[in-house]
Order: sequence, then C-alpha cells, then structure tokens
Amino acid sequence: MSLAPFPALLPALPEIFLAIAAMILLMVGVYSRQERSARIVSYASIVVLIITLILVGIITDGRTLTFGGAFVNDTFGLFIKTLVLVASSATILISRDYLIMHGINRFEFPVLILLATLGMLMMVSANDLISLYLGLELQSLSLYVMAAFQRDNTRSAEAGLKYFVLGALASGLLLYGLTLVYGFSGTTNFDSLTKLFTSEDVDVPIGITIGIVFIVSGFAFKVSAVPFHMWTPDVYEGAPTPVTAFFAIAPKIAAMGLFIRIMTGPFGQLSGEWQQIIIFISIASMILGAFAAINQRNIKRLMAYSSIGHMGYALIGLAVAGQLGDTTTRADGIYGMLIYLAIYLFMNLGTFTCILLMKRNSRMVENIDDLAGLSKTNPAMAAALTIFMFSMAGIPPLAGFVGKLYIFQSAIQAELFGLAIIGVLASVVGAFYYLRIVKVMYFDKPEEEFDQLVSMEMNGVIIVTGAVTLFLILLPGPLLMGAAAASAALFPG
Amino acid sequence: MNNFPWLSVITFAPMIGVLFILLIRGNPEVEARNTRAVALWTSLITFAVSLGIWVKFDNAIVGFQFEEKAVWMESLGLAYHLGVDGISMFFILLSTLLTVLCIAASWISITDRVKEYMISFLVLETLMIGMFSALDLVLFYVFFEGVLIPMFLIIGVWGGPRRNYAAFKFFLYTLVGSVLMLLAILTMIFESGTADITILLNHDFPVSLQPWLWLAFFASFAVKVPMWPVHTWLPDAHVEAPTAGSVILAGVLLKFGGYGFLRFSLPMFPIASADFTPFIFGLSVIAIIYTSLVALAQEDMKKLIAYSSVAHMGFVTMGCFAANQQGIEGAIIQMLSHGVVSAALFLIVGIVYDRIHSREISSYGGLVHRMPFYALIFMIFMLASVGLPGTSGFVGEFLILIGTFQVNTWVALLGATGVIIGAAYMLYLYRRVIFGELTKEDLKKILDVSPREIAVFAPLIFIVFFMGIYPIPFLDVMHSSVENLMERYHSALAAHDAVAILAK
Repeated sequence: MSLAPFPALLPALPEIFLAIAAMILLMVGVYSRQERSARIVSYASIVVLIITLILVGIITDGRTLTFGGAFVNDTFGLFIKTLVLVASSATILISRDYLIMHGINRFEFPVLILLATLGMLMMVSANDLISLYLGLELQSLSLYVMAAFQRDNTRSAEAGLKYFVLGALASGLLLYGLTLVYGFSGTTNFDSLTKLFTSEDVDVPIGITIGIVFIVSGFAFKVSAVPFHMWTPDVYEGAPTPVTAFFAIAPKIAAMGLFIRIMTGPFGQLSGEWQQIIIFISIASMILGAFAAINQRNIKRLMAYSSIGHMGYALIGLAVAGQLGDTTTRADGIYGMLIYLAIYLFMNLGTFTCILLMKRNSRMVENIDDLAGLSKTNPAMAAALTIFMFSMAGIPPLAGFVGKLYIFQSAIQAELFGLAIIGVLASVVGAFYYLRIVKVMYFDKPEEEFDQLVSMEMNGVIIVTGAVTLFLILLPGPLLMGAAAASAALFPG
Repeated sequence: MNNFPWLSVITFAPMIGVLFILLIRGNPEVEARNTRAVALWTSLITFAVSLGIWVKFDNAIVGFQFEEKAVWMESLGLAYHLGVDGISMFFILLSTLLTVLCIAASWISITDRVKEYMISFLVLETLMIGMFSALDLVLFYVFFEGVLIPMFLIIGVWGGPRRNYAAFKFFLYTLVGSVLMLLAILTMIFESGTADITILLNHDFPVSLQPWLWLAFFASFAVKVPMWPVHTWLPDAHVEAPTAGSVILAGVLLKFGGYGFLRFSLPMFPIASADFTPFIFGLSVIAIIYTSLVALAQEDMKKLIAYSSVAHMGFVTMGCFAANQQGIEGAIIQMLSHGVVSAALFLIVGIVYDRIHSREISSYGGLVHRMPFYALIFMIFMLASVGLPGTSGFVGEFLILIGTFQVNTWVALLGATGVIIGAAYMLYLYRRVIFGELTKEDLKKILDVSPREIAVFAPLIFIVFFMGIYPIPFLDVMHSSVENLMERYHSALAAHDAVAILAK
C-alpha cells in the first residue's frame, strides 16, 4: 500500500491564502478592541481580496488540476473569480456607512464576506461533485448569516430564516441530483464523467437524466431563475441593503460560473436532456422579471425582479451552449454570457450604491417615490442612476446594450429565434419599469432632499461603475478578449 | 486635407460643447446665460463645419465619401465606419441646422434646468449626425436607438401636462420596433459575415430570408416614419413636447424611417421590397387621406400639424417604394422640405404659445391685425406645406406623384387627393388663426415677432424658396447615388425573375 502523494498546492494558492487570511482576521477581530476592530478588519479584508485577485491572476496558466483532479484552475475560472472578487471588495467598501448607521458595524461582516467569497472561488474551481457541494455550502452558510445580520430587525431575521429554509431545500435537491449522477455513473470527477458520457454515445440511463433535472433545479434556485425565484423578492427586501447588493451580484455570478462549468463539461454531451429545461427557465425568468416588476413600489424588490430577468437573459447563453453541433457556436453562447455577467456586475453595483445613498434624516428610504425630483436635489446622483437604468434596459450606447448584443447574437447563431424574439420583447416590457425610475427622478416634483453626507468610497464606486457603464462601448476590447479566452478554455479543440 | 476626419468632427463636436457646459459654474442666472451661449456657439460651429462637406462633396462619386474606418468590436466584425453619399448628406445638414434653430428658439422659453436641456439637445445632435453617417449596422443601431434617451427626457422634463404618457408612449413604441430590427441586424451579420453597410448593399440575401428581415426593419421604420396605423404616438409626443422638441422630432427623427427604407430595405432586400410594394402603397394612401381628414377636424394647432406630418410622410413612403428616379429623389426632397417646413410650423405655433400659452385654435383669431410679420411668415410656410409651386413642398410632392404615376396610376390619383385635403386643412387653420375680427382680450396686446425670432425663420424661408425655385443643386448631389440604388434594385429583381423563369 502506497501513500497518496501530497497534492500540489500552487493551483489553489489564492483559495488557501484567502482561507488563512479570513481566519486570521477573525482572530484579529476577536482580540482587538470593539470600536476599532470593525474598521481594521474591513479595510484589511479589502486588501486580502485584492491580494487574492493578484494571486489568481499570477498563477493561472492554462489548465491545472490538483487535489486528485477535484480542483481545477483555468482561464474560465480566472474570469469568473475576477468578477466575484471585484464584487466582494466593492460590497465591503459601500457597506460601511449603512452598517455604522444601523449600529451593526461589526467585524464579522467583512469576515463573512471573505468566507462566502472563498466558497464562491471553490465553486468556480470545482472539478468534482464533492468539491462543488463543499464550495456551494460554504458560500450558502455565510450568506444565510449575512441575510439575518441585522438581528434586532424582524424583517432581516425573517429574510435570513426564509433564505435558510428554502436554500437548504435547494441544497437538498442538488445533493440528491449529485448522488443520482454518482450512483448511475460511478464517479464524481468531472473529467471522468465527461469521458464517460462522450464515449457512451447512446442510452443515457434515466437516473442520470433525473439527476441532471435535480441539479438544474438546485442551480436555478441559486441564481434565482423562475420557477425557483420565490425567495428572491422577500430576501432582497428584508436583508440589510449592503447584503442585498452582495446577494445580487457575487453569488449569482459564481453560481452561474459553476452552472456553466458543470453543464458544458460533464453534461456537455447530454445537452439533448437539458437544453429544453434551460430554454424554459430562461424564457420564464425573462417574462416574469419583466412583468412582475411593473407594480413594485419598493426599489429593492424591484431590483430583485430585475435580477431575475437579467438571469433569464444570461441563461440564453447557456441554452446556446446546449445546442449540439458546432463548438464555436457553443463557445459563443458562453462568451455572450460572460460579457453579460461582467456588465451586470457593474450596473448592479452602481445601482445598489445609489440605493444605499437613499437616506433621509439618517434613515434609509426604499420606495421608488422617495426618488421624486432627485434630478433637482442631487443632479449627479440622478444622472448616475439614469445611466444605470437605461443600461439595464439595454438601450445603446450604454453597456447593457453590449451585453444584450452578444447574448442575442449567440442565440441567432444557434438559430434559437423564438428565444431571441421573446427575449427582446420582454426587454421592451422591462424597459417600462426602468424608465419609471427615470421618470420619478426627472419628471416628478421634488421631495425632501437626501442626506448629503456621502463617503468617498461610495462616490468612488459610483464614478467607476458609471464610467464603465457609459464608456464601455468606446473601448470594449479588453472585456471581449477576456471573455473570449475564458469561453475558449471550456471548449478545447 | 483629404484625410481630415470630417464626419467624426461633425458628429462629436457637440460633445465638446457638452463638456464645456458641464464645467460651467455660477449662480443660476449666469449659469443659464453661459450655457445658452456655449450651446449656441457649439451648434453654430458644428453647422459651419457641416457645410464644409457640402462644399467638398463630389457629385460624380457613386459610392460613399469622407469614409473613416477604425476597429471597434473585432469578434463580431464590427467597425467604427462612417461615410456619406448623396442620400444621407443633406440629412446631416438638416440635423445641424435645426439644432441651431432649436437652441435659438428655446432662448427664453426654457428657464428651468437650462443646463440639462442644452446637454440633451447637443447629445441628440451627435446621435442624429452619427445615425446618418454610420456605415456599420450595429453602429447605426447604436445611434438610431440612442436618440430615444435624450428625446425621452426632453419630452418628459420640459413637456406639457400629459408629458409622462407621451414620453413613455414615444419610447416604448419606438423600442418595440427597434428591438426586432436588432435581431434582423444580428441575423444579417450572421448570414453575411459582415456588418459593413458598403458590402451589404451589394450582398444578395437568400430570397426566403428577405421577407423576414424586411418585416423586422419595417417594424422599426414604420413606427419612426410614422405610417398608419402605428402613428398614434406622434400626435401625443408632438403636443406634449416643448417647441424645440417637436421641431427636432418632426424635422429629423421622422426622417430616420424614410432614410432607413432607402438605405436598407430597398437595396438590401430588393425582392421582398418589390413583393411588399402594394402593401406600402396601401398604407401610404390610407395615411395620406385618413390623417388629412383627421387633421381637418383638429382643435389643437400642434396636433393638426402632427397629423399633417403623418400625411406628408405618407408621400415619402410612397415615393421610396415607387422605386424609380423621380419617386426616390422626390421622397428625399420631400423629407428635406418637410424637415424645414414642419419645423417652421412648430416654431410658428411656439411663438404664439410663448405669448398666450394656448394651442387651441379657438383661442386665436384676427392675429393679422396685431402681428403682420407673423402672418406673413405663417403664410409662407402654410403654402409650402400645401405644396404651392415655387416652394420646396411642390418639388417633392410633384416628383413623387410623377414617380408613382409610372408605377401605379390609382395610387398616384388617390395620393393627389391628399394634396387637396392638405390645402383645405391648412387654409382653414390659417383663416381661423390669422383672419377674422380681433375679439379676444388677451390677443389685443400681443406683440409681433422679435428680431431673434425673425433670425430663426430667415434661413428656413431662404431654404424653402431655394429648394422650390432652383432645386438643381440638391438634385445633382443625389443623382449618382440614387441611380446606383436603382440599378442595384432593378438588377437584383431582374436576376430573381430570370431564376424564376428558368425554374419553370
């Protein structure tokens, strides 16, 4: 009997660093004085995330496996991880004001974000059903706590509980699907699964199909796609706003990354079994996201439906990747999806920062009507929010249009015309409620002014995201190249 | 100076003005004054530079001139590609001219949020010029659709009492059409492998695909033109928009549709265009007669002019799809003429609206006694709108009717009745507003047009007569481009027929 060799740690270096740093910061928080701990830990967390980002950039070189093939590091992972890390660090930046205002500025908050981020990085790099589940659960558990972070507030506690119960259910579904796949294939490793399904050209056992259905359901829950979206509006509304901002961006992108990896990797050859499901949830999400948001009064709920809709658009790319045949077309689907997700990150980050600035007399306000006349009381913020809203509606020349352009281009290429037509029509309906926000800000009579105390960090985030949204169309090159390299990594040869 | 990037300079010059306006600080009064000055100077300089392309334009060249090309989104084969030909050149001049007049016309009527107002107009100018000079499908789309954002704000912020409704209706109507066009554009890129309009103009799309592409483009352009029955957003938008907004809307934005038919539908989908010609003729005739009758019954001056716009644009679509030299050149002249005349008519309504704050025809009457110059200016444009010989309106309508007559006499006949009804509603409007006894109290102190207002109208009057009396310089610019378009269209049809005969 020989001992297993010690696994190579280098490909997982960023994750290892992040894990150790998170634990050290936890200790720092515990052992330093209460008043200062939160500030030190949150700034240190941002530094940690930036170092992790640099490490990810340095070590990624082609495709490397480690831990017995359970962990993979490739260009695709690099792209998604970059987005996740940017989203996480920006969330820490914009959340400080809110936390201080509500007396919950505790050092656990940035540490939880670090742990959730670690889970996301693990998800993105998962190359085995078990490491997939580990990453997903680490992320989810941190998020449950974050949703209930404002524990004196019943709405926040309710959001946390709701998210936990439904999230646990979804994890259960996912786990059941994973066991079915393992049971019928005899392996948990993605590469072995890929090989298995490629060689066996006919007769997929029914158990695998059922397993895939369960897995898709689990992921649909995590990315809040219809019909597993019900938790989203409630949790978004109840959770503290910075947490909502975090939920809307990083976990969605990470879950999409994992979703893409498992669907195009192991189950890539079985797309006949799952493409229809993806098409259905994509259409359902786009339509529900468009129609259900129309009557919302609360801007956080509105953003929840908006994100459901956006996930529907992103899933078009996955449906394209399920089109059997030409690998260039399939890669283009993922390509469009990655561009869409990157742009989604910037638009949402900007929008949520604006939402975090909606406070009056040191109290947060969340109704859309509270924005009335913002163009008079605070023209710069109104202009920024207008840019984000038109971008979300996909109106050129803003960044959202670029995302839609590439997604729909891939759909046309795969000849999924029905999907494309429903998608663009839903985007017109969706435009209505984004316009409504612009209308409230510009056409309506001014309300009382918002508080003017604005932190440097938040201004910075708004300026950067606003500039990206506004000017991306002038210089789309770097983003397109990154996405092209990432999508090509999934379809070698 | 052959390599001077004329079109980029003209397109983005207004953005430099925007930058300056953003930097203006001071108390509200000073800020507003400086903003107006910067906006006016920016637009004047842009206009002056744009005259340069007319001077340097070579009538003999068949294809595009002043071409510029740079890499943009490589993976889809998209390029930043600009250029003009005889069809698009005048529309650029129209856009730059009307922007100057709009800014001048809003000098005193806009006092609220002047900065945002002027920025909106300058951004709008950039987008309009870009739209007419784009030679890349997606670049075209970006400009075409981007126009919605400033226009939405202009109607919604500075508009009348029902501005919310009008702004949303305008935006969503246009967007529905445009997104379908986006899908068609993507299909074209996928099918042909390029987004370069100069190449696509000679690309033969499969006959089975053409009707679908044609319909998708039609959905977008028909709303923009607007054609009956999707014209209903126009009266609302016009009535609620501020005067300058109506001017740009009627003067330039409506031309997007007609320009689109000439640039895309006819040369790129010739077979579908030929098949759908009766359909277009039908809609055009309905538009001309029906909306003229509706205009006759209007009580609101702006609404009346809005309906007359729909009727006049009906002539344009008719001329485009007559697909012969006279028809198409007539359509272009008609678009330019309508751009000038309807813009002037909206400005005319704006003048009395600024003074009395009513657009109801019934609140006026006998204005000639107090405002003789105003009555004169109104008469000139009223007659130009009717199409009196010697004005620009006549040249356009006459050419269109000649062109249509060669293709379908009935359509020409029915179209011509529209001219008669047109004369009826315009003269009726003029009589009610200008003549009669001056009985209303608030009209007794009304002042005649100011020098600033005369300065706004002077160039428009000049153009109306120039185009009406001596249209040769305008037609010369178009000839070779239109001939090229005709040749392309008819040879594609002939080739298709030849294949069809062989198949039998």
